Amino acid sequence: MRLRRPRMAPSAVVWLLIAATYFVLPLYATLDFSLKKNAVGAPCCTLHNYGWVIHNGDFWHTIKISFILALETIVLSLLLFVPTIYWVHLKVPKLRPVLAFMALVPFVVPPIVMVVGLLKTFKGTPHWFYGQPWGFLATAYVILAFPYTFFSLDAGFRAIDVHTLTEASQSLGATWTTTLFKVILPNIRTAALGAAFLTLAVVMGEFTIANLAAFHTFPIFLQYVNESQGFPAGALTLLSFMITWGAMLSLLLVGRKRGARGAVIAGAR
Amino acid sequence: MSYLQLENLHRQFGSFKALKGIDISLGEGEFLSLLGPSGCGKTTALRLVAGFDRPSVGRILIEGRDLAGVGPNKRDMGMVFQAYSLFPNMTARQNVEFGLKIRGREKSDRSKRVNDLLELVGLVHAAERYPHQLSGGMQQRVALARALAIEPRVLLLDEPLSALDAKVRVQLREEIRRIQLELGITTLYVTHDQEEALAISDHVAVMYGGVIEQMGTPAEMYTAPKTPFVAEFIGTMNRLEAQVVDGTAGEVEHAGTRLRIDAARGRSNGERVLILIRPETLELQAAGNGAAVNGNTLSAEVVTQTFLGPVTRVKMTGGLIADMSTARAAALPVGANVVAQVPVEGVQLLTLAADEQLPDIGEGT
Repeated sequence: MRLRRPRMAPSAVVWLLIAATYFVLPLYATLDFSLKKNAVGAPCCTLHNYGWVIHNGDFWHTIKISFILALETIVLSLLLFVPTIYWVHLKVPKLRPVLAFMALVPFVVPPIVMVVGLLKTFKGTPHWFYGQPWGFLATAYVILAFPYTFFSLDAGFRAIDVHTLTEASQSLGATWTTTLFKVILPNIRTAALGAAFLTLAVVMGEFTIANLAAFHTFPIFLQYVNESQGFPAGALTLLSFMITWGAMLSLLLVGRKRGARGAVIAGAR
Repeated sequence: MSYLQLENLHRQFGSFKALKGIDISLGEGEFLSLLGPSGCGKTTALRLVAGFDRPSVGRILIEGRDLAGVGPNKRDMGMVFQAYSLFPNMTARQNVEFGLKIRGREKSDRSKRVNDLLELVGLVHAAERYPHQLSGGMQQRVALARALAIEPRVLLLDEPLSALDAKVRVQLREEIRRIQLELGITTLYVTHDQEEALAISDHVAVMYGGVIEQMGTPAEMYTAPKTPFVAEFIGTMNRLEAQVVDGTAGEVEHAGTRLRIDAARGRSNGERVLILIRPETLELQAAGNGAAVNGNTLSAEVVTQTFLGPVTRVKMTGGLIADMSTARAAALPVGANVVAQVPVEGVQLLTLAADEQLPDIGEGT
């Protein structure tokens, strides 16, 4: 007997269409705007604005900075928080609520307050740190992305039996490092990827801290173009969307491995 | 010299004393079960041997070598856990191979060993499956193969069957014993299931409140319990409090009834004792039958009957329990007045201190 595919309720279809319109309409408007040549009502369609963006050196320069910053933030966050959260789950579970509270702080403290505090805190540090996005800005972004990193990784660790897996690995002769890299990390891969996606999205779109700390990142360039040239700004917005999505897709492909799905399902039991 | 030795092992968590000084001596290739109710300290003892925890006082020695300061990854102890512990990101084969890879064994050597072990546990056909594609019993078999792969000095099993259904549990416990005998591996097995412990062990240590109440062969534990707790925990037992009234004639008094019991001979008059009678040795007859009235009986009324398959368990007033054939039990329905014939020989007596309370671990199992 063939199973009948469950039909979607009419009300669900309506809500889905409303939600899709909400997200797609602005993108369509931006696309429409980006295909006009420097005047509202000008005949459709031209790729002039896209050409302008692609041939703009600042575009490539700033997107490179933001992208490398995002990767650096992801690496630093994972290096810092994976062992920390692992240790907290394994040895000091009482500290978990404290970490969860700390992770909420970047949500509560406005970025403008945070950047002023950070600028004062790190004033006087060497130029390679304070004057470079790879130092100061990456540090700020690790803090800014902490809630996303923490809650993603925490959910991953809670879905597996950290104690038993660790003890099983150790009884077979594995060291802490081997246990972390061969047993724990592969089983929280999905959570780590989630943390990486969110961090990438946060860093690629962060404006306040970069602006106040006077670093020239991609959102700063986007804002500058938006203020000075409206039509290319539309093309720039769509291109940045595509680049960010492309980056996320690459992360997904790099992080995906045979058996990963099974690991998540089994771990979540 | 014993192979595995636990000397005066204590473990304290804050003010709670989980282990209050246990001593175990186990020969090479022997199978010892640590048996006891939840919270008796059996898993704590196993974790100390595995190296996951450190004793507050005491030593653990293997072949005379103290394991203090040796981490769990250096102890060469294969362990099977109560929870499913296979690495979810690895296939059954990769799980079994894990410990061998850590030890840097050659690929061909690893491959042969993994195949041998999967064959030993009957799972060659499931070698490429991930844990979520295996049943609970299969997962525990792979976990056993994985623990054995590293050729451990001691195999530690922490209630490995408790998550499985009854039939698989019986099958797997027999398999564990078969493999243990085949490989001659020294094994420490933790369980709260007395039937399991009696069925597969060379020795059983019954633990209660952080101490070993008694250690011996399964037959010794069943036939000659040395403490009221062991008597209650191993199998089902009638426990009747009594007082010796005539030590010369071997007579005791229980609830106003005089009973003659050989084991009471030579005891002092007035001594408080506990009479231990297995349910299968208690003969029941309908009251008024006349045949059973020889002065060594207890009168009671049938309260419940439970069909257990091979026998029916009859529970009576006064806490008496008797196991008998279902056909005979049918003649003694609930509410019937019966007399229970207490055997003169083969009944065990334990001395009770004047103020000693009997441990209450619920209904006999």
